Amino acid sequence: MNSLFPSIVSRSQSSGLMNFFVPIISIVLTLITGSIIFVLLGFDPVYALYTFFISPISSTYGISELFVKATPLALIAIGLSYCFKNNIYNIGAEGQLTMGAIFGGGIGILFHDTNAFWLLPLMIFAGAIGGASWGLIPAILKTKFNTNEILTSLMLVYVALFILDYLVVGPWKDPFGYSFPKSRPFSESGRMPLLFDGLRMHFGLIITLFLIFVSWFIFSKTIFGFQLKVSGYSPKAARYAGFNQTTLVFFAFAICGAFAGIAGLAEVSGPIGLLYRDISPNYGFTAIIVAFLGRLHPIGIIFASLVIALTYLGAEDAQLFLQIPSAVGFIFQGLVLFYLLGAELLINYKLTYKKLL
Amino acid sequence: MNLDLILGILQIVLIATTPLVFAGIGELVTEKSGVLNLGVEGMMLVGAVSAFIILVITGSYFLAFFVSILSGIIMSGLFAFLVLFLMSNQIATGLALTIFGIGLSSMLGKQYIGTPIDGLSPWFFVIFSFLIVFLVSYFFYKTKAGLILRAVGESHNSAHALGYSVIKIRFLSILFGGSMCALAGSYISICYAPMWQEGMTAGRGWIALALVVFATWKPERVLIGAYIFGGVTILQMNLQALGLRFPGQFFSMAPYVATIIVLVLISSNKLRIKLSAPASLTIPFYKGR
Repeated sequence: MNSLFPSIVSRSQSSGLMNFFVPIISIVLTLITGSIIFVLLGFDPVYALYTFFISPISSTYGISELFVKATPLALIAIGLSYCFKNNIYNIGAEGQLTMGAIFGGGIGILFHDTNAFWLLPLMIFAGAIGGASWGLIPAILKTKFNTNEILTSLMLVYVALFILDYLVVGPWKDPFGYSFPKSRPFSESGRMPLLFDGLRMHFGLIITLFLIFVSWFIFSKTIFGFQLKVSGYSPKAARYAGFNQTTLVFFAFAICGAFAGIAGLAEVSGPIGLLYRDISPNYGFTAIIVAFLGRLHPIGIIFASLVIALTYLGAEDAQLFLQIPSAVGFIFQGLVLFYLLGAELLINYKLTYKKLL
Repeated sequence: MNLDLILGILQIVLIATTPLVFAGIGELVTEKSGVLNLGVEGMMLVGAVSAFIILVITGSYFLAFFVSILSGIIMSGLFAFLVLFLMSNQIATGLALTIFGIGLSSMLGKQYIGTPIDGLSPWFFVIFSFLIVFLVSYFFYKTKAGLILRAVGESHNSAHALGYSVIKIRFLSILFGGSMCALAGSYISICYAPMWQEGMTAGRGWIALALVVFATWKPERVLIGAYIFGGVTILQMNLQALGLRFPGQFFSMAPYVATIIVLVLISSNKLRIKLSAPASLTIPFYKGR
């Protein structure tokens, strides 16, 4: 006779099969839970799910919007995977994104009446520097003072948001903006070129795909990627092999910060075109979900960013057609992460039924 | 400056700081047992909205707070199930709880935005917040159960070897944290505001997390830290009202900068062992065989 409840037994090796299936399982469970919620709210679940997940991407414009939302998510998530692979908990990507937008956007405001080919590259560079320098603060504190990076990186998010707030209501306020808290618009050459006429998809997508490819190369073909992976799996083995943990922490934070900074700059110079208070609907936090859902793998992150981007679009449509507040998107994002984290158990542990007799 | 003005400001500071004390002391107990729950903001929001809805429907303050605390227990119970039984990553699970809580509270509260209610006098809760801090302090340092809880947070393997149920103690600590966060939320929506608005806790959950570190995991210092932060916030509003030209954003970021500085000080200081965080914080407990 077997016991009623399974017991959890550690696997000797993590399961590659489960690593592939766990994200799919969690998405399916999220959809099931989502339809139960819709039924409880008195909606036809098929119609509600259709409104949420199909209708937003049933037009060319919708698909373009999906890529617009997925671009920053994927770029930040691939940056985060440099940290997460090494068990560095940088949860402050939102702040690094904001700093990137401030640095890059600052260049855009400075040269608001200049039209030159070098403007956008300079803004992108400044964005990367801004994000990287904000990311290096927790890295320095962690390596020099042994300070836990979780709380420092998180606190720096709010510092960055208040700095942006100060700039757009204070020194960088548009002199012709009727005292709205926003900056001057960037000049035409300070904007991300659009990929297709009439659609909002922009050059940031190309940058993102390029950086994802570079990251895939670094993760799988270079010694640096190998070192990141080893020190994540076993810090002791990494120390024994002589890998310099300080250097790894610095690089991971700098790269992650730079990617988040570029994502922030791509947002303000892409769809937005100027600086104001709410430049990001929590992309920096949501990208953490994308990184986990994509299993820190470049291909996985591309798919995960599209899935999570769809929850943003679906939430907007749900507000429009079902009169549900758009925050319902957060419920789906929270649920998918809950299920994913719960199901992760299956990767490193297995469930067995103990024999009672 | 006359006495009335000073007393007036003191009153406002007391009323504004109380939710920080509740959420901070709740999270402190959770962290003392070795679990970091980043879901404070989400639990506060769900606590705030559920209290508000129940008050509008039933008109009973008692039921409102009761259901709110229940919602905190359910939310933190979900977190506890994931991190304790499924051994999920505490940081990611806590973030998921906050994201989920923001979404859930907005959806539940949608039709209650702008509904008027009769606010409850905050003074009972202000006094209660002081009381609970001293009760937690007494529990930690004068009772055996408190000692066991701290032991679980320092070294779960030793506590387990001594025969204490690590999972059960952590579960209860997480639930206490959740109920305190929900109480903080319901205080905001029923006594402080009193109204419901999306995201109305306005980042207080993150400040509560910062407070625990600022307090170096000592209950009384949560009280001190909360009043420093609360005082600075009120001071900033008053200085703005008096027409001072110093940008308020720099006051608003003060708690976060102060937390970073305190973190650096306690982690690099020689007195580290005396002051530092519970040693098992964020490490999952797996009862191997």
